[in-house]
Amino acid sequence: MSDLNTQAVARYKNNFLKEVEERVEDGHWVKMCMQCGVCAGSCPLGPAWQHSPQKIFMMIRAGKREEVLGSDSMWMCTSCYNCIVRCPRKLPITHIMHGLANYAHRLDLAPKGQPTREIARLFWDNLVKTGRVNELKFSLAMYFKDGFAQGIKNAMAMQGIGLGLMKAKRLNPMEIVGGHKCKDIPGIHKMVAKAREIEDRRRGLA
Amino acid sequence: MAKKQYAFYPGCSSQKGASAANFLTSMNVMTEKLDIQLNEIPDWNCCGASIGYGEGGELPRLVINARNLAIAEKELPGQDMVSGCPACWLATRETHERLAEHSSLLAETNEALKEAGLNLNNTVRARHMTEVLIEDIGWDAMKAPVVKPLDGLKIAGYVGCQTNRPFGIAGESFENPKYLDKMIETVGAEPMAKYEQKVTCCGGALAFSEPEKSQKQIRDIVESAYDSGADMIVTPCQLCQANVEIYQSEINKKHGTKFKMPVVYYTQLMSIAYGGSAADAGLNGQLIKADKLEKIAGK
Ligand code: SF4
Ligand code: SF4
Repeated sequence: MSDLNTQAVARYKNNFLKEVEERVEDGHWVKMCMQCGVCAGSCPLGPAWQHSPQKIFMMIRAGKREEVLGSDSMWMCTSCYNCIVRCPRKLPITHIMHGLANYAHRLDLAPKGQPTREIARLFWDNLVKTGRVNELKFSLAMYFKDGFAQGIKNAMAMQGIGLGLMKAKRLNPMEIVGGHKCKDIPGIHKMVAKAREIEDRRRGLA
Repeated sequence: MAKKQYAFYPGCSSQKGASAANFLTSMNVMTEKLDIQLNEIPDWNCCGASIGYGEGGELPRLVINARNLAIAEKELPGQDMVSGCPACWLATRETHERLAEHSSLLAETNEALKEAGLNLNNTVRARHMTEVLIEDIGWDAMKAPVVKPLDGLKIAGYVGCQTNRPFGIAGESFENPKYLDKMIETVGAEPMAKYEQKVTCCGGALAFSEPEKSQKQIRDIVESAYDSGADMIVTPCQLCQANVEIYQSEINKKHGTKFKMPVVYYTQLMSIAYGGSAADAGLNGQLIKADKLEKIAGK
């Protein structure tokens, strides 16, 4: 168990709703859910959600901490915003799903190797490094996330598409040595580090 | 007519040699004809896209978007920000609105921005290019430069998610927005009224991490375009364009389908209708050639 998780368990005891309200993005909205079920049918990857957003909100109130934070359901969110525009109580469901996923990731309770968790991490690292996302380095990092041999296999499987994109000038092989970046990279690094520091302090994760 | 000026936020995917480079090419032709001047925000950074939350959390994500708004506010005063990419637009507009609503978040944001020598008063409106076309330019002015109407082209207008929800275009419904079909008509082509997957999600960033599940979405989107009788799909979204075009060959391999449905941007339709060449419209950037559109361009 991560230290952060041990601390959280000690601090909130059995009050998972309070933990979500204080530490998860837009978590204070959860209590507004009236369990109407509209959001449950809204997710494009619906069958892949073991627990629908509606059910997740119910589980939070029932204190099912491990089941919620260890679930891979939130990681199935495609950010389609169907739920947000339909919810009669105007819950920012998308953001709560993102917030729960982020919190589970920070506490290291999210499923290990969950593919969306992995790409989310790679994407953010890629963006913070230079201020802009380098699609080639990002794709390569993704292919190789499961190790070198699997990486070669993944890259080979997508080779036709990669070559097509290169030919169409939509993937630049030169990005591997340089590519697009911001000028004020040091400023961006300091700024992002500061933002994380402030947020961690506010959420009790520092 | 005096040029309308905007602080322009291109976004990562539209850069040279990136997946939506052809969007930028065609947009430049379109804005030129419509007297829109785009002033690139100096040293802009990535918006975090839809997937930034996993590692980025809330405040770091708001802060990276606030950085672009702060630079625009300082360097291009009085100009609305415009982006061609729905993800960039959504992230920036959400940031603007959340910071306007919560002064404590704005204070925290400014504490972080200070590290990069910036400060935000949060006065800049973040807008999407289609909004600018509809609200600032207007339908008549959009039609005026048409010299090569796209006669006989049957097009499925695929709006997708993020241009449409949660903000969308004022006055449009979330379930059946009409503006893209109207744009198709404006350039002289025929929108497929029976296209059923207009606002279906393409899987977004999960096309990478959950390919099987996302490709099921993409399959529906393409199949329905064929069923509606369309020659091609048009979209305002970079990620939709990439996902729906790129993965057709994968789907064919796995499921024995014979998909070969071109997927273009509305800006490409406009640049051709406004008299631009196939190269002006970035049609050389298609993985699946938009033959019928190229033919009109060559006339
Ligand atoms: S739509 Fe809103 S109120 Fe209804 S179950 Fe979902 S979150 Fe709760
Ligand atoms: S935004 Fe996420 S939670 Fe909401 S409907 Fe779409 S996939 Fe489901």
